[in-house]
Amino acid sequence: MNPSDLRYAKTHEWVRADGDECVIGLTRFAVDQLTDVTYIQLPIVGKKVKAGDGLGEIESVKAVSDIYAPVTGEVVAVNADLSRDPGLVSRDPYGAGWLVRLRVEGAVESGHLMDARAYEAQVSETPH
Amino acid sequence: MDDCQSHAPVPALQTPLHAWHVANKGRMVDFAGFSMPVQYTSIISEHLAVRKSAGFFDVSHMGRLLIRGEAALEWLDRIVTCRLSDLAVGQVRYGLVCNEQGGVIDDVLVTRWPDAWGLVVNASNHEAVVAWMMAHPVTDATMEDVTSSTVMLALQGPEWWRVVQSFFPESILALPYYRGAIVAKDGAEWRISRTGYTGEDGVEIVAPAAVGEALANSLLQSGAMACGLGARDTLRLEAGMPLYGHELDIQTNPFQAGLGRSVDMSKEFHGCKALEALRGDVHAPVRVGLILDGRRAARQGDQVLDGDGNQIGRVTSGTFSPTLERPIAMAYIRREMAVTGQSVSLLVRDTHVPGQVTGLPFYKRQAR
Repeated sequence: MNPSDLRYAKTHEWVRADGDECVIGLTRFAVDQLTDVTYIQLPIVGKKVKAGDGLGEIESVKAVSDIYAPVTGEVVAVNADLSRDPGLVSRDPYGAGWLVRLRVEGAVESGHLMDARAYEAQVSETPH
Repeated sequence: MDDCQSHAPVPALQTPLHAWHVANKGRMVDFAGFSMPVQYTSIISEHLAVRKSAGFFDVSHMGRLLIRGEAALEWLDRIVTCRLSDLAVGQVRYGLVCNEQGGVIDDVLVTRWPDAWGLVVNASNHEAVVAWMMAHPVTDATMEDVTSSTVMLALQGPEWWRVVQSFFPESILALPYYRGAIVAKDGAEWRISRTGYTGEDGVEIVAPAAVGEALANSLLQSGAMACGLGARDTLRLEAGMPLYGHELDIQTNPFQAGLGRSVDMSKEFHGCKALEALRGDVHAPVRVGLILDGRRAARQGDQVLDGDGNQIGRVTSGTFSPTLERPIAMAYIRREMAVTGQSVSLLVRDTHVPGQVTGLPFYKRQAR
């Protein structure tokens, strides 16, 4: 279910490497838990983040959740479609619902990121 | 993103429909100590089903009491703020239960059934209301708690009648608003009233606990959508209805909540002396509706500010309105600012969001 070319954070963000940049989004599990996405707050272009820092917020009818940067880098683009259509993240979380593009500082520290199998194993252990 | 699921222990209480909720993919959360479904599919889909066709809610967790005896009316008249002596048989009325300081213990529905007086209370205040009544007893009146032997399902939406027309008599379909009737069904008594907490037409059905699952399945198969507490909250908020623990609490009196219409100051009841004084209190903050710019919702506890950034009140409930497609909220604010159109600012997490004071309700159903 989760694309095998991506890497995954335990906080349910995915990362797609693209040269010295990467694209970040939320997993299908994350958006299915949320349902009813009403608002997404994304960082401004130019913001520098460290792995584990807050990257933005995603709001549903019932609650707000933080989105975390899975890698260290600088924001070079955000998905402008999400401001008028936040539901896009639920309909196509791995494609058109991408959140942020980062220029990665140094090497992508994929040590703490999981592959699809490990992420799926983690998800099936989470009580839900 | 944070894990949304609570890892708290399973709450102690379940309604007779608990297994049904789980089997129908209800996402269970703790509400007033009960394990209840917050949603089955999507809160917005369930909300819109009620606005457009029909949805049903398990509200069995709410307390259901039957008061009987010569002094039943006298007892209730001292406990509940609204006028009761003029209720016709079958008529339902909304009222408050107040303490001697005029603070709200609960908001309730009272029904004059042919055989008893019915009181429906919030699950969170069930014990407190019973204790309050028992602390102020009368002779010649008894209380029977029928909560655990019954289920209560709220069927709401403009098409509610289509859903039940094949298994309820015409007398139920023809019930006037805020009237109830007892129906004999399969050897038991069902109490049904044309009431609800969504701003839509519909009925609330009280039936024996043993038929709860069969009833839920019948409603589902007849075209009503199963709806959870998430949609119940967005619906009542759009309808401007207060929720205990948010717009009502022990520190709030009915007048500042805008519920003076449910207080009969011509009768003696617990809290009436305090309320006589509170009615004239021009300094008490009052309940208003707020509509916000943008898409971020304000939530309970968020500060409401004036144009200079001074705090003028606090949000008691807030959400993104599925019908209006804008964030809405209820708040208590300084009386001078409680004017429709007044610009305010809300502090939502660390952001100042512009908003305006608006009248309640936010949504009113079309008359048919």
